[in-house]
Amino acid sequence: MFRNQYDTDVTTWSPAGRLFQVEYAMEAVKQGSAAIGLRSKTHVVLACVNKANSELSSHQKKIFKVDDHIGVAIAGLTADGRVLSRYMRSECINYSFTYESPLPVGRLVVQLADKAQVCTQRSWKRPFGVGLLVGGLDESGAHLYYNCPSGNYFEYQAFAIGSRSQAAKTYLERKFESFMGSSRDDLIKDALFAIKETLQGEKLKSSICTVAVLGVGEPFHILDQETVQQLINEHEIVEEEAPAEQEAAAAADQDAPPADEAPPADQGAAPMDI
Amino acid sequence: MNMVDSAQPFKTLLGPESDSQRTQYPYVTGTSVVGVKYKDGILMASDMGASYGSTLRYKSVERMKPIGKHSLLGASGEISDFQEILHYLDELILYDNMWDDGNSLGPKEVHSYLTRVMYNRRNKFNPFWNSLVLGGVKNGQKYLGTVSMIGVHFEDSHVATGFGNHLARPILREEWNENMSYEDGVKLLEKCMRVLLYRDRSAVNKIQIAKITEEGVTISRPYALKTFWEFNAFKNPTVGAEGSW
Repeated sequence: MFRNQYDTDVTTWSPAGRLFQVEYAMEAVKQGSAAIGLRSKTHVVLACVNKANSELSSHQKKIFKVDDHIGVAIAGLTADGRVLSRYMRSECINYSFTYESPLPVGRLVVQLADKAQVCTQRSWKRPFGVGLLVGGLDESGAHLYYNCPSGNYFEYQAFAIGSRSQAAKTYLERKFESFMGSSRDDLIKDALFAIKETLQGEKLKSSICTVAVLGVGEPFHILDQETVQQLINEHEIVEEEAPAEQEAAAAADQDAPPADEAPPADQGAAPMDI
Repeated sequence: MNMVDSAQPFKTLLGPESDSQRTQYPYVTGTSVVGVKYKDGILMASDMGASYGSTLRYKSVERMKPIGKHSLLGASGEISDFQEILHYLDELILYDNMWDDGNSLGPKEVHSYLTRVMYNRRNKFNPFWNSLVLGGVKNGQKYLGTVSMIGVHFEDSHVATGFGNHLARPILREEWNENMSYEDGVKLLEKCMRVLLYRDRSAVNKIQIAKITEEGVTISRPYALKTFWEFNAFKNPTVGAEGSW
């Protein structure tokens, strides 16, 4: 995208019918570190990459609990994300107080989207620079939504946002059809694999990622570092192993043994190579 | 003129709110509502009377109304306040339907909402002068609750308002059970309403029984209860002169 004479105000249309400020806001989401979400019939898993600026600092919080039955993972301007999370928490708690019942996640995302839309139609405001993956549970089961700075929202089986999210999306596209029937643990495993895809060869450790789960009978909570590291070790989610596992899964019909010895250089390279 | 003037100073002592309105006492009132859970849902009964003080002024007032798809609301107390509450609920259900998203407010949510409304008004010293019974079924779950004019609220398997608290609830405590059929439930409610008819001065003999199940709400046509007055004590009331019955 290049600078042009229609991109100064959010209230200026381009001749092609575009609002450049809104599109620039979506760019900000792409610059943030990756966040992914996936859901089954009964559970939603949110995971994100947490890179600290330096060894001295702590990393930013990118996953927020909104209520027992709703959580959100953000990518982009985390300050904007924090403010929106606070709004979501407020809406949930007010609804709970009045109706003694959890706010249906589908209604929360619409309210969130309408709030974002306002900022695309006021000359004295700017769009929120954050993308939100909202995972929640309601009467009809588990849901995952993505809320854009543009004010649009979509429901997903699985999605990834932020930098190098395309790698994760490629992985998820291959596996999403089985997610609806996945068990909770398989879902978490797939989330970790997807995160690993965005790391470009870097080693997946629990210190650089955060995983959160919610589901039927399981209120939203962030898994602690130890548990995550255990899961990483258990599934041996290290660069070389992962493609081998996928190859093994794909070769289920054949009698070929899991290709541990055969260096799957070609397979290994592909997901990394964006 | 002095007598009229002496009323004013008291009101002006209230300060800035001296010209605000607040419900001090009810004018047109309905009497008891009785509700029970039964096998398939909730049964509720009330008569169709609305009194103006001690006059049995109106005799075709429906004091039970369906709310949305899943609830039924019965009210005793000031009828105009009940109508106002129905107006609020109408708006609530409308907005709920406008979401058009497969979610809907169930009886628990409506009960909680009503509790908030009643309690809020009580805190402003301007109560809705009603006792409400809210029953419903959603996703197979039966719900029966009550809210008073001061915001006291609770859920139970059988509830009653007004005189029903004193006359109907003891009967329900003895004879209610979880697996009552529709016929059993109606018989039990009729027994309660009969006692109320005999003993509550503001009761009229024109009752309705409302039923709510997963399928929906049905409110019966009005009908009268059979009563028995052939007790000996009623036949020659002056026998034994003063002091007897």
